[in-house]
Amino acid sequence: MSSCGAPAQTATLPASVDLSVETVITGTVTAAGQPVSGAYVRLLDATGEFTAEVVTSEEGVFRFFAAPGKWTVRALSRIGDGQTEVSAERGLNEVTIAIAA
Amino acid sequence: MSRENALVSADWAEKNLGQQGIVFVEVDEDTTAYDNGHIPGAVKIDWKKELQDPVRRDFINRAQFEELLSSKGISNDDTVILYGGNNNWFAAYAYWYFKLYGHENVKLLDGGRKKWELDARPLVTEVPERPRTNYTAKPQNKAIRAFRDEVVAAIGTKNLVDVRSPDEYSGRLLAPAHLPQEQSQRAGHIPTAVNVPWSKAANEDGTFRSDEELRQIYAEAGVDFSRPTIAYCRIGERSSHTWFVLHELLDQADVKNYDGSWTEYGSLVGVPIALGDQPGEAPKEDE
Repeated sequence: MSSCGAPAQTATLPASVDLSVETVITGTVTAAGQPVSGAYVRLLDATGEFTAEVVTSEEGVFRFFAAPGKWTVRALSRIGDGQTEVSAERGLNEVTIAIAA
Repeated sequence: MSRENALVSADWAEKNLGQQGIVFVEVDEDTTAYDNGHIPGAVKIDWKKELQDPVRRDFINRAQFEELLSSKGISNDDTVILYGGNNNWFAAYAYWYFKLYGHENVKLLDGGRKKWELDARPLVTEVPERPRTNYTAKPQNKAIRAFRDEVVAAIGTKNLVDVRSPDEYSGRLLAPAHLPQEQSQRAGHIPTAVNVPWSKAANEDGTFRSDEELRQIYAEAGVDFSRPTIAYCRIGERSSHTWFVLHELLDQADVKNYDGSWTEYGSLVGVPIALGDQPGEAPKEDE
């Protein structure tokens, strides 16, 4: 049984992910241009409702498997918070969340 | 139960590190978080390897639970403080599990690992040595665990609370959005179940909302506090979080967690499923 825990947020997409089917929202959390590891990234739907949360990797990378549509990605970290909007389409959607330290 | 008996704050926890009779336990599915840094003195429980039967889809039995806790150096008199990642999902699951096997003093760390980290509180990599104990568990308390037949019978009679995200509830997604979506079971929800995502009960930092806010959230969603309630999600850990809110914080008498949840229900042959954002109706007889 696969669980609901978030997998490791690797920079490269696992080979099993089919981008003709999945809507992947991925990117990096940065502060002053540097990646922020250990940030909590929250995926909020078009109504602002929480959908998922992952913790960024050593490289500041996060990844969600969503659906086409409007989403907000919001990052919480020890040094500050930040968020950005994304209009996702099927396939790979890349975003950067800048944190104001 | 009440908030004071079921929950401790991060401040309280930090002040009580190293106290005799208090054991901090980190529970996660991915234990690399513990290995890279945990609350000083905390032992780990691996949700997947240590709390699930390795062959059948079920929990470890009473004797295995006794062996697990004995080997972790936890005794029956200890106050166990559980915490973990994923907004305490697996810690809440373990809380429910400890209650299932009758442990008296168990509490959840409010905000779990997330608040602890965001507050920049101490984390260590040193693994504590705890002497082995002789733990004795009670038989499973089935009053807090629901099985599939009971869930099907509850359609239209008990409160069914689907705590997954709105997109999973409606059938637009099959799994939480940090996981690939390819799954074997059908999409949707149990007819008449209301959708109160587990996350409604939590603040952004992972702490629980106030009792007043919680009561209002569930009442507005259509939970009738005078009736018994069954909570479910996909595999039963997010619904443990909601079970904790309803049974432990809000002191509702009859609340069960359906740990089979959607990965079981959505694979059953012949059961009714509702699609879309509305609860839907109980199926009529003879259809």
